[in-house]
Amino acid sequence: MRVGVLALQGGFIEHIRHLQSLGADTFEIRKCWDLAQPMDGLIIPGGESTTIGKLLNDLDLFDDLKKKIDSGLPVFGTCAGMILLAREIAGTETVYFDSIDIIVKRNAYGRQLGSFFTEAEMTGIGTVPMTFIRAPYIESAGAGVEILSVVNGRIVAAREKNVLVTAFHPELTSDNRVHRYFIENVIRI
Amino acid sequence: MNNERYELNKNLAQMLKGGVIMDVSTPEQAQIAEAAGAAAVMALERIPADIRAAGGVSRMSDPKMIKGIQAAVSIPVMAKVRIGHFVEAQILEALEIDYIDESEVLSPADDKYHVDKTLFKVPFVCGAKNLGEALRRIAEGASMIRTKGEPGTGDVIQAVRHIRAMTSEIRRIQSLKEDELYHAAKELQVPYDLLKYVHENGHLPVVNFAAGGVATPADAALMMQLGAEGVFVGSGIFKSGNPAKRAQAIVKAVTNYNDPKILAEISEDLGEAMVGINENEIQLLMAERGM
Repeated sequence: MRVGVLALQGGFIEHIRHLQSLGADTFEIRKCWDLAQPMDGLIIPGGESTTIGKLLNDLDLFDDLKKKIDSGLPVFGTCAGMILLAREIAGTETVYFDSIDIIVKRNAYGRQLGSFFTEAEMTGIGTVPMTFIRAPYIESAGAGVEILSVVNGRIVAAREKNVLVTAFHPELTSDNRVHRYFIENVIRI
Repeated sequence: MNNERYELNKNLAQMLKGGVIMDVSTPEQAQIAEAAGAAAVMALERIPADIRAAGGVSRMSDPKMIKGIQAAVSIPVMAKVRIGHFVEAQILEALEIDYIDESEVLSPADDKYHVDKTLFKVPFVCGAKNLGEALRRIAEGASMIRTKGEPGTGDVIQAVRHIRAMTSEIRRIQSLKEDELYHAAKELQVPYDLLKYVHENGHLPVVNFAAGGVATPADAALMMQLGAEGVFVGSGIFKSGNPAKRAQAIVKAVTNYNDPKILAEISEDLGEAMVGINENEIQLLMAERGM
């Protein structure tokens, strides 16, 4: 199994370590010719969504990646990755991949002082350590979206078909079960 | 500051990796930086080149100016305090700043003690020009390090010197025997446990950016190839002929720092780079502040 990790900016190395600990092969995606290789799954990491979104366009990656996701490539987005995959970003006209029927709110917990750590239930996994860094949450989700976790009344993990998103960063803890879930329940279906 | 908060603060720095943090002095500049792909902005009244030109005492920026920049962008906003000026840091914490830079660019407030950063909930980034300085700042509670370089010069030589010093000292520490670490900790004047972390892991326990003198996409890529995890650009952008274009090019250079073809493409036609000053023309070495 080969998983591509979008490596334009942010915490991509942490995802690569988790994937490798689960026996998956990984490669970094930084430019359009990186997409020539076969890929069973894609991870869009945390970082700044405005930065990654701009680089996706400037480096001619956006259209090809969108085609792949639209035609069923399993994809997992954390934090900024979730924002990039959402149908709508509350309060803005900006939309990126429009791959999952959710409306997300950016910086929903405020600035860095609002960042927090907690442990909560995630459907299909159990209690998961969750690190929220200037995190978004899901304001609302369409009927076809499976809600996988709710923290303090806010949706923080969801899935629709080939698209898995979390508002938190499973790659920042030593627990790799969310990545295992992605491999076993999203890629290998 | 509890351990959990410190972890969250180190985590924010991890999310900035592979990114460019740009100095801005107005909300308009902050928006240009954000649109160009900056991962964060550093709000300060005068960029280092102007501080250098103006002379005199340079202090924390006006909270009103910082708030204006916070309102203008959605990316993290950082701001600087003078070395050792813990009240300026308290003020920035009250503004809910995302990162405080305890910076040698401003006039030091204390020639002996740095801010005790463990007393704060907001994260701190500090400058360092070698492993000893970096680990001392981390012991004081810094959750991110940047090389000092020489701010406001547009001359990359000092930043290169500092990142090389850091990485070569890390390699030396890795090669030591366990029982030699105690003596090395004494020599470097750093806590043993932090040095042991470097010995075992081969890198600092926090994210390490490059700063001070980066003016071109090639400079930024040079710092990345030398081992920096991201880049601060101060005067290099808004002292150049075409700030928006140069900012975008430097962002792309940090992502594709290993690809000379892309670097060649984005280095084209950027207009005039900041004029710069050679290191031997400088009267004030900011990097010597705060050891």
